[in-house]
Amino acid sequence: MAFEPVLLKYIHEDRSREMDFYLSHNGYEGAKKSLDMSPKDVIELVKASGLRGRGGAGFPTGMKWSFIPPDKKPVYLSCNADESEPGTFKDRYIVEGDPHQLLEGIIICCWAIQSNQAYIYIRGEFALGAKILKKAIQEAREKGFIGKKIFGKDFDLDIFVVRGAGAYICGEETAQLTSIEGSRGNPKLKPPFPAVQGLFGKPTIINNVETLANLPHIMNNGAEWYKQFGTEKSPGFKIFSISGHVNKPGNYEVPLGISLKELIYDYAGGVRNNKKIKAIIPGGSSTPILKVDQIDIKMDYESLAAAGSMLGSGAITVLDEDTCMVDAIWNLMRFYHHESCGQCTPCREGTGWLEKIVARIKKGFGTKEDLDNLLEICDNMQGKTICVLADAAAMPMRSYVNTFRNEFEAMIKL
Amino acid sequence: MNQVKQLSKERLEEFEEILTHFPNKKAALLPTLRLVEEEFGYVDTEGCRVAAKLLDLSPAYVYGVLTFYTHYKREWHGKYRIMVCGTLMCAISKSLEIVAHLKNKLGIEVGERTADGKFSLEKVECLASCGTAPAMQINDDYYENLTIQKVDEILESLK
Repeated sequence: MAFEPVLLKYIHEDRSREMDFYLSHNGYEGAKKSLDMSPKDVIELVKASGLRGRGGAGFPTGMKWSFIPPDKKPVYLSCNADESEPGTFKDRYIVEGDPHQLLEGIIICCWAIQSNQAYIYIRGEFALGAKILKKAIQEAREKGFIGKKIFGKDFDLDIFVVRGAGAYICGEETAQLTSIEGSRGNPKLKPPFPAVQGLFGKPTIINNVETLANLPHIMNNGAEWYKQFGTEKSPGFKIFSISGHVNKPGNYEVPLGISLKELIYDYAGGVRNNKKIKAIIPGGSSTPILKVDQIDIKMDYESLAAAGSMLGSGAITVLDEDTCMVDAIWNLMRFYHHESCGQCTPCREGTGWLEKIVARIKKGFGTKEDLDNLLEICDNMQGKTICVLADAAAMPMRSYVNTFRNEFEAMIKL
Repeated sequence: MNQVKQLSKERLEEFEEILTHFPNKKAALLPTLRLVEEEFGYVDTEGCRVAAKLLDLSPAYVYGVLTFYTHYKREWHGKYRIMVCGTLMCAISKSLEIVAHLKNKLGIEVGERTADGKFSLEKVECLASCGTAPAMQINDDYYENLTIQKVDEILESLK
């Protein structure tokens, strides 16, 4: 446990939200430094650091930026603060606790992609976070870090907070853009990818809050420094949100590649009431479930992919031995059914059927065919829709049936 | 139909300021619905007309957008809009017992409002409070690590 947090270092300080305090510990130095470099060099530095997106997909950040075509203007940034994947509560922590760290990251990104307009799309429930961000933006504007000719350079930047209004789907990047455009949050087909044709038809980068918060530290300390943490393919550190049946749920920032067991027992204080663990959701509700015998797994992108799951947003939920897995997946299918935007039939109908069939099993009216039906519905959803919400529902559904088939069968026989 | 409702001068100024951050008027719809919500306490069809007129959109379009989202305060909500998280991480931390207690205490079902208009009750999806479950929101405020006793105290404080 020798690692000293970087992103969450000052989060518990009384004045962590204030400009003066942020400036007192090297604040906005990374942004200044980046503006002294060429945008291309900033992109190369971020590429060299190996930083990967912290929202869920783990796409290399620098590479994403390099997809922006050089000749199309204007360019937009949408900072994804929609944080709606069940289990995840890390971005809220950064936004509410250290907003200037995020703003500095946004400035660095906007310089790199040559964007003069950034939006922070924050979920509607985070009213406090939106208020804190607006105040921080005002402070940064007064200092000349946001607005016309920032840091005295020939570069203008506006950052505007857009509040969402209660829709999981708006965390999906194309849905987020349609929402900012003033529409129902319906995702759009890719390609064209947002980097080429995104917000208002213009090149757009969507980056997660935690991803952007990494940037000031990479600018200040360099790519080599960043790469000393984590693994070769998953460099750096990550905030893991740990919830469920643990003694000390919360956000823990650690180098990638740490073992799941260490996170659960050394950081989150082990399981409540000394119970045994039955299962662990490793990266948010849409990631395939792990059994307790996989607890030694390393928490990085490639190790989880090799185990058939995903690091996702780094949201770990521990389920103890008393948890009914049928009940657990019913709750999640209910969630995905509710949150499906309804655009694509396989998702709109599929999530509904998954919920209904699991509910039937839960009530003791399940039939022998139901389990195969569930898996077949998953087949008919995955990869057959505009966005990945269908996959986000089908992946856990499939994994719960395959991993805990005995529990489903026991309920069907009752 | 005559438009009776209008935004106050201060909010109209705020509206004009919001427009400066977007390349077109339509994009200001979500923030404008927030202004309507603040001004009138909720967004109803009349509020949709106010937003539509300001943004040169049809009221039907605005209503379509409004009803896609669940978080705008609507006319049926109580003065105190109680939203308890029912998603897995809160559910395994007994948030459904909190819902049952609230139903019992307020004498209403989920999706209803008390007769005096004071409280409405909703079961909502993940509030990003999984580390402090069970959680609920009342209007814009978060209440976390809930117990039955804590819920009673919160309700008491809102009387």
